[in-house]
Amino acid sequence: MANKYVTDEVRKQIGMQSEARVVEVERGAIRRFAEAIGDPNPLFNDEGAARMTRFGGMIAPPTFCRSLGAAIPDVKLGMGEFRGLDGGSEWEYFEPIRPGDRISVVSKIADIRESSGRLGPMVFITVETSYTNQFNRRCAVQRSTVIRY
Amino acid sequence: MVKQTYWEEVEPGSEIPPLEKNPTTQQLVKYAGASGDFYQIHYDKDFALNNNLPGVILHGALKNGFLGQMMTDFAGEEGWLRRLAVQYRGMDQPGSKVTCRGKVLKKYVEDGDHLVDCEIWLENAKGEKTTIGSATVMLPSRG
Repeated sequence: MANKYVTDEVRKQIGMQSEARVVEVERGAIRRFAEAIGDPNPLFNDEGAARMTRFGGMIAPPTFCRSLGAAIPDVKLGMGEFRGLDGGSEWEYFEPIRPGDRISVVSKIADIRESSGRLGPMVFITVETSYTNQFNRRCAVQRSTVIRY
Repeated sequence: MVKQTYWEEVEPGSEIPPLEKNPTTQQLVKYAGASGDFYQIHYDKDFALNNNLPGVILHGALKNGFLGQMMTDFAGEEGWLRRLAVQYRGMDQPGSKVTCRGKVLKKYVEDGDHLVDCEIWLENAKGEKTTIGSATVMLPSRG
């Protein structure tokens, strides 16, 4: 059956990319994020204790990147009013993110698909966001799926 | 810091130490502020009710954060969380306990790194899995 929303024309938006946004990571922001989750791990909270570990100082918890304000390219679907759902995320981690790092955040549309569920046609948009530090080392990649219906 | 787990100590089927959470509306507000996700369904009850929800609900991302905490606890300060994937399957509301759980599926060595693949999930007080996922962790080896 032909897709209702995800036409060939709509799929041309795959690959669309945001401008890089560079964010300086504040120590307090890492602590506040860990506190919001309720994570007392000294690596995310206590510079003195973290300094004694192999990391040599505080690092950010795994989902901290969410606070860096990725600019997600706006996918046009011709859906009119729609509801949105967060489908989930997949993360890969390569290097720790540390206080004072300048992280370059770039998002691109990795996939747009459609399937029909009990709520009618649902569109799955996969956004891939990469987080790269000031030494041009990739720290993390996040692939998140948003659902519109 | 929790006791360090070594690669040799785990086998397929080994349980990851569970993590229990009792999220409150206050925690949702803190998470909204810390993450920058200000969608009102997470802190404005009237807004949530008008959106056909039973009340305010937990951010999926917060549940992702809870599962991340369980996995970085498991990795310890000598390990490293390499991959973390979550899919949201159901809503959770503040005022009710949620528990992160997981178990080891596979252990292997790749390019000299000692790795374990895990199945992870978050369940509500009734034992229903409202978030499911997987993770790969590098653990230190006594080898």
